Amino acid sequence: MIEYLPFLVVVAMILIGLYAVLFRRNLIKLVFGISIIESGINLFLIILGYRDEGVAPIFTSLPSGTMYPEGMVLPVPQALTLTSIVIGVAVLALMLSLVMHIYRKYGTLDVQKIRRLKE
Amino acid sequence: MEKRMIVGALGLAVVAVFLLFSIVLIHPFGEPGEVQMDDYIITHTQNETGTNNGVTSVVFDFRGFDTLGEATILFSAVAGVLLFFRRIRP
Amino acid sequence: MSEMTKIVKTTANILFPFTMIFGLYVIAHGHLTPGGGFQGGAIVVSGCALLLVAYGSSWVFDRIKDKRLVTFESMGAIGFIMLAFLGLVFSAVFFGNFLAGSGTLFGTTPATGSTLADFNTGGILPLMNFAVGLKVIAGLFVIVLVMAYASSAKEWG
Repeated sequence: MIEYLPFLVVVAMILIGLYAVLFRRNLIKLVFGISIIESGINLFLIILGYRDEGVAPIFTSLPSGTMYPEGMVLPVPQALTLTSIVIGVAVLALMLSLVMHIYRKYGTLDVQKIRRLKE
Repeated sequence: MEKRMIVGALGLAVVAVFLLFSIVLIHPFGEPGEVQMDDYIITHTQNETGTNNGVTSVVFDFRGFDTLGEATILFSAVAGVLLFFRRIRP
Repeated sequence: MSEMTKIVKTTANILFPFTMIFGLYVIAHGHLTPGGGFQGGAIVVSGCALLLVAYGSSWVFDRIKDKRLVTFESMGAIGFIMLAFLGLVFSAVFFGNFLAGSGTLFGTTPATGSTLADFNTGGILPLMNFAVGLKVIAGLFVIVLVMAYASSAKEWG
C-alpha cells in the first residue's frame, strides 16, 4: 500500500473539499472548497504520468547518460494539466463576481438566509 | 438541521468508500503501463516540430485544438466578468 | 482601494521592471526551456497586480482604460487564429507547421539528442507563444482591475 501514497493524498484533498462544500454556511468557504477540489484533480493528472528516475522531456543540455524514451517523464498529462488550470481560473473569476453581487443585494453571506427569492 | 447533517455525512461516506476502493485498480506510482504514444512523441519531436521542448510541442503542435478551446474559454471569462460590472464603469 | 505609504511605492517601483523582464524572457524562450505563453503571462500579471496594490485601484483605473486592454486581448486571439489559417494555406493541414525545416524566419532543425539552445529553431511555435502570452496578460489584468475597482465604489448605479 505504500506505493499508492500519492493517490491517497489526492483522495484526501477531494474529501476535504467536499466537506467544505457540504457543511459550511459562508459563501466564501464554499468557493474555497470548490477550488481545493480542482487542485486535487490537477495533482492527480500530473501523478499519472511519472516514471521512476525520470527527467523532464526537454532536450536542451540533458544530464549525460540519459536514454531518451525510457528515461523521460510522459509529456501528455502535463499538457492536459495546463488547460485544466486555466479553466479553474476562469470559473473562479465568475464565481467571485456572483458572490459580490449577492452581497450587495442581500446584505449577508449566510446561505440559510438567502433561500427565499427576495424582490 | 439534524436530518440534513445525517444525509450529508452519509453521502460523504459513500463517496469516500468508492474512491478508496478504486485506488488499487490504477497502476502503481512510477510504472505507467501503456507508453507507446508518449515514446513516439519523445523520439519524433526534434524531427517533425523543430523544437527542443517536448511539452510545448504537445501543447501547440500535436494537440493544438485543445489550446484553441482554452483560448476561447479565457475570452468568454473576460466577457462574463465585464458583463457583470457594466454599470459601474464611467 | 486607497494608496499606500512611500516605502511600499518605492519598493513596487524597483521590483516591477525585473518581474516584467523575467516574464517576457519566459514567454520568448518557450521552445527551448520550460515555460511558454501561459506561464510567462501569469508571471507578468503578478507584477502588474503588485502595482495595483501599491498605487490604489482608482489611480490605475483612470489612466488605463479597459477598452484598450480588451483591444489587446482581441488582437492576441486574432493573431492565434490567423497563424492556424496560414498553416491551412501553406501546407494543407489546419495548424500545420509550415516554417519548420525551411530556411526562412524560424526554420533550422536542431540536431538529434542533447544540444545547446539555438533560438532560430521552432517553426511557428514562438509566434504562437507571443500571441497567447499577450492574450493571457491582457485578460487576467482586466479581470483583476475591474473587480478591484468595483469592490470600492460607493454605489452601483
